[in-house]
Amino acid sequence: MAAQESPLVPFSPMAGVKAGAPVMLGYLPIGFAFGVLARAAGLSVAETGLMSLLVYAGSSQFIGTGLLAAGVAAPSIIATTFLVNLRHLLMSTALVPSLRHNAPWQNTLLAYGITDETFAVNTAILQGRPATPGFIAGLHISAHACWVASSVVGALAGQLVGDTNALGLDFALPAMFVGLLMPNLRGEDRKARYGAAAVAALVAVAIIVAFPGTSWSIIIATIIAATVGVLLV
Amino acid sequence: MMTVRPAILALFLGMALVTYLPRMAPLVILSRFELPPLLLRWLSFVPVSVLSALLAKELFINGSRLDLSLGHPQLLAAIPAFLVAIKTRSLMGTVVAGIAAMALIRLIA
Repeated sequence: MAAQESPLVPFSPMAGVKAGAPVMLGYLPIGFAFGVLARAAGLSVAETGLMSLLVYAGSSQFIGTGLLAAGVAAPSIIATTFLVNLRHLLMSTALVPSLRHNAPWQNTLLAYGITDETFAVNTAILQGRPATPGFIAGLHISAHACWVASSVVGALAGQLVGDTNALGLDFALPAMFVGLLMPNLRGEDRKARYGAAAVAALVAVAIIVAFPGTSWSIIIATIIAATVGVLLV
Repeated sequence: MMTVRPAILALFLGMALVTYLPRMAPLVILSRFELPPLLLRWLSFVPVSVLSALLAKELFINGSRLDLSLGHPQLLAAIPAFLVAIKTRSLMGTVVAGIAAMALIRLIA
């Protein structure tokens, strides 16, 4: 692939922060909602912030807090978290072409910030081209900081505020996925990309309907859809 | 309010570890190897596939059931978001349009 030989994209840390602005906008209401829920589930403000800092994974934090409140034992919560977050294996692998030139210690740190949202923004911008560690760090750190801060504010505000969903803010992340999906459907292998997108959507929905509550839908749908994409080229 | 119970901290550390390992291991380990072209091609389809799967889960699933009706707020709000995304190619514009559409739907419903 030609992408391997192209020069480093000269993106600064500040460009990373700017690129991450929609991620931050999306994390604000979700982090806030998580903070409110975590308090209601019996976590302290400090524990809420610590969870967002250490775990840093939206859906598994909601699930984990729910399980904790339901009195589920720690090993089960950790096992569930592992399954829910296993899909990051694929994202981490897909970032190799853009980050392989970095020192291992840099990638060891940068990997902490790989989420559905930062991954989607990074890949939409980079398109397989190499990125500077500063760009990735700018995007990852600002998104992570926003997640921690908004969950702490949510924990502090607690019951003071009403329903954040009424403001439509719960749709921020799905809307971001819409905006990030479109650039992925362009390019010379467009037909294969449309095919992969259609297969991913169909398989994910089929798995969720057949096995409600499963943690495997995204990872299995992605593996099948990417394979179909390769075959369609 | 500022207390951190040791058992809770241990739980978070456990959750953090099992979340971090799948994020870190492939990137750090596979960066040492030259990846075969076929695998690189396959990986180039991961973003579009992950996004589409995540989006399908949000837009077509209500609870754990398939809901393709316009009574499903997420599906309805996605229409203006898609239109703005196609027209403007602006990520921020798409997010704002989606939020505004959802707020409007909730106001009317």
